Amino acid sequence: MSGQDSNLNNNEIRPVHTNKVGGSPFKGVVGWIDNRLPIFRIFKYEYLDFQVPKNLSYLWSLGGILMICLIFLIVTGLVLGMHYKPSSSEAFVSVEKIMRDVNYGWLLRYAHMNFASFFFIAVYIHIFRGLYYGSYKEPRQLMWLIGIIIFFMMMATAFLGYTLPWGQMSYWGATVITNLFSAVPLVGNTIVTWLWGDYAVGDSTLNRFYVLHWFLAFGILGIVIFHVIALHIVGSNNPSGIEPADTRDTVSFAPFTTSKDLFAMLIFLLAFVLITMFAPNYLGHPDNYIPADPLITPAHIVPEWYFLPFYAILRSIPDKLLGVIAMVSSTVVLGLLPWLDLSKVRSSVFRPIWKQFVFLFVLDFFILMYVGGMPAEGIYVLIARVGTVYWFLFFLIIAPLVSLTEKTLPMPNSIHEYENWKKQGRIKTLKIF
Amino acid sequence: MSFVLKFSLFFLFFTLTISNFSSAEKQEKLLRQSWSFDGFFGKFDRASLQRGYQVYTEVCASCHSMNLLSYRNLSEVGGPGFSEDEVKAISSKIEVLDGPNESGEMFKRSGKASDKFASPFPNEKAARAANGGAYPPDMSVLVKARAGGADYIYSILMGYEDKPPKGIKLEDGVYYNKYMSGNKIKMSKPLNNDSVTYSDGTASTQEQLAKDVVTFLTWASEPHLEARKRIGFKTVIYLLILTALVYLVKKKIWLRIEPKV
Repeated sequence: MSGQDSNLNNNEIRPVHTNKVGGSPFKGVVGWIDNRLPIFRIFKYEYLDFQVPKNLSYLWSLGGILMICLIFLIVTGLVLGMHYKPSSSEAFVSVEKIMRDVNYGWLLRYAHMNFASFFFIAVYIHIFRGLYYGSYKEPRQLMWLIGIIIFFMMMATAFLGYTLPWGQMSYWGATVITNLFSAVPLVGNTIVTWLWGDYAVGDSTLNRFYVLHWFLAFGILGIVIFHVIALHIVGSNNPSGIEPADTRDTVSFAPFTTSKDLFAMLIFLLAFVLITMFAPNYLGHPDNYIPADPLITPAHIVPEWYFLPFYAILRSIPDKLLGVIAMVSSTVVLGLLPWLDLSKVRSSVFRPIWKQFVFLFVLDFFILMYVGGMPAEGIYVLIARVGTVYWFLFFLIIAPLVSLTEKTLPMPNSIHEYENWKKQGRIKTLKIF
Repeated sequence: MSFVLKFSLFFLFFTLTISNFSSAEKQEKLLRQSWSFDGFFGKFDRASLQRGYQVYTEVCASCHSMNLLSYRNLSEVGGPGFSEDEVKAISSKIEVLDGPNESGEMFKRSGKASDKFASPFPNEKAARAANGGAYPPDMSVLVKARAGGADYIYSILMGYEDKPPKGIKLEDGVYYNKYMSGNKIKMSKPLNNDSVTYSDGTASTQEQLAKDVVTFLTWASEPHLEARKRIGFKTVIYLLILTALVYLVKKKIWLRIEPKV
C-alpha cells in the first residue's frame, strides 16, 4: 500500500533507479554489452537454462518448425518481392519471369509457395497437439488466444498471397472471398467497393493486396513474439498435462530440446524438399497458370487446400450471411475452447470420453476438407452439413457436457511418475504421443 | 525409429488427402505415357525436344503463341540444346517491328536471339476472328495449366475421332475429341501421320509427333526442371545424412539423463 501511495507523497525522499546497469552473468565484452542491453542473459536464461518438461513428444517440435517456416517465408518473400510487379497487367508475367529468368527464381518461388502449404500442415498439427493435451487450459488461455489470432492472420496472409500471381484462381478466389463482405447488411456493398478500391477486383485491388500481404507477414512475426513471451511465462504443457515440480521432471532447453527439435525440423524439411523439388505444383491448382480473365469463370472455384474445411462450412449453409458467420465462427469457437471445456484434467490421456470426440473432430476436419474440394451438389452438401453440425456441436455442447460428466482416469502425481507408469504399461499411448 | 515411420506416414496421409480433387469429373481416362522427364532422375530427351520444336513451329505456331519464351531459351542449359549459331539462324528468319528510331519512325528488322517467339496473331481479337470465336491459348505454361499435364495434352492430340458417337451433333468448325471436357473442341485435328518431315530419320507417326511436341511444351512450361530435380536429389541425400547424424547426436545427448529414470 505504502509503496503505491508514496508516488503521491512529494515530501518523502526515496532512492530512484533510472538506470539498471549491471547484473550480467557474463564477463568481458559480452558482459559489458549485456549490462547495458540484456540480450545475452535473456538468451541464456530463456534458451540455455530454460527448464522444459522432459517427457515432451515430437508433437512439441511443431512450434520451432513453425518459426522456421515463418522465417523462410519472409526471407524468400523478400527476394521474390524484388522481382515481382503488383499490377494486373504485369503480375502474371513477372512471376513467370522469376520462374524463367531470375537466377534460381524458380527455387525461390516454388519454395515460398510450398512453405505456405507446409506452414499450414505444421499449424494444424500444432493446434491438434494443443487440443489433445489441453494446452489451452489454465494458465495458458491467453497463449491459446494469441495462437488463434496468429491463425487468423495466417489465413488472411495466405489468401492475399494466393492472389498475387494473378492467375484464374487468384482472381476468382479474390472475387469470391471479397464478395462475402457484401453479405453484411446495409453497408455490405460499400465495404466491398472499399476493399477493392474499385468497382471490381482489379489493378488497385492487387496493389493493396500486395501491400497487405507484406504488412500481415510482419504482423504475424510481431504477434508470434507475444506467443513466445507468453510461453516463457506459463511454460510448456506436456503429454501428462501435469506441471513439472522439480528437476526430476525437466530438462534444460539446450541441448536436450534443441537436439530433439532439430531432428524433427530436418524430417519436416525432408518432406518439404521432396514436394518442392519433385512435385512443386502438387498442392496448387492448374488453373492458376492461366492468366486472370474477368470474362471467363473457372468451372469450379476452389481455394487452396488448407482453406477447404472452412470453405465447406461456408457452402454448407444456403444463406450467404449465415454462411459467412458460420465460417468465421468456426475458428472463433476454437478460441473460446478454454472457457467451454471445464475439465480440470488437461491431457486426453486421462480423458477416455473426450479423447474419442477429439479424434472424431480430426476426422470431421478431413471430411470437411474433402467435401470442400468437391462441387457443392448432391451428397456432398449433406456431408458438409453433417460435418459443420459436428464442428459446432463439438465445441459448444460436447466440450462443456463431457467436461462436467466425464469420469477421468486415475492420474500420477508427477511427470516422472507418469513416465514410470508408461514404462509399466499402466498408461497406454502411441509412442509419438 | 518407429516414430519416424509414423511421422512420415502422417505426412503421406496428409498430402494424399489434400491432393487435387478437381479431376474427379473427368470422363475418359487419360492416355498415360512414360515420359523421359518423369521420376527422380527425369531429364528431357534432347532429340525429342528439337523435333518437338519443329512440330511446334510447323503446326502449332500457326495459331498458338508462346509469349513467355525467347529464341535464346532454345540454346540454354537443360533445354533443346540448339547451338547459339542455330538459334541465330532460327531467329533471323522472323521479322520484328522495332523502334521508334531517332527520326521517330517504327522500322522492321530481322529477329535476334533475345526476341520473344513470334506470335501468329497481332492480338486476341484477331486470333478469335480467325478461329471461329475460339482463342487458341498461349502455350508457354500450357502443360502446367491443365490437370493431367503432359498426359492430358498428349491425350487431346490423340483423342480426335472422325465420326462422333451417335446422337452427338457437331456444328461447323467444331470437332469431336474424347478427352476434351464436353467432348467438343474448336481446334481441328492438328497432327496426322507425316504432318511434319523429320530430318533425323525418325518416323513421323501421329504418336511420335504428339510425344515430341508434348515433351517440348513441358520443357517450355518448366525450363528448369532438370536443375530442379538434380538439386532436389542432392538436397535429399544431404538431408538424409544430416538427419541421421543429428539423430545420433540427439540420442547421445539424451543418454545423459535417461539412465536416471
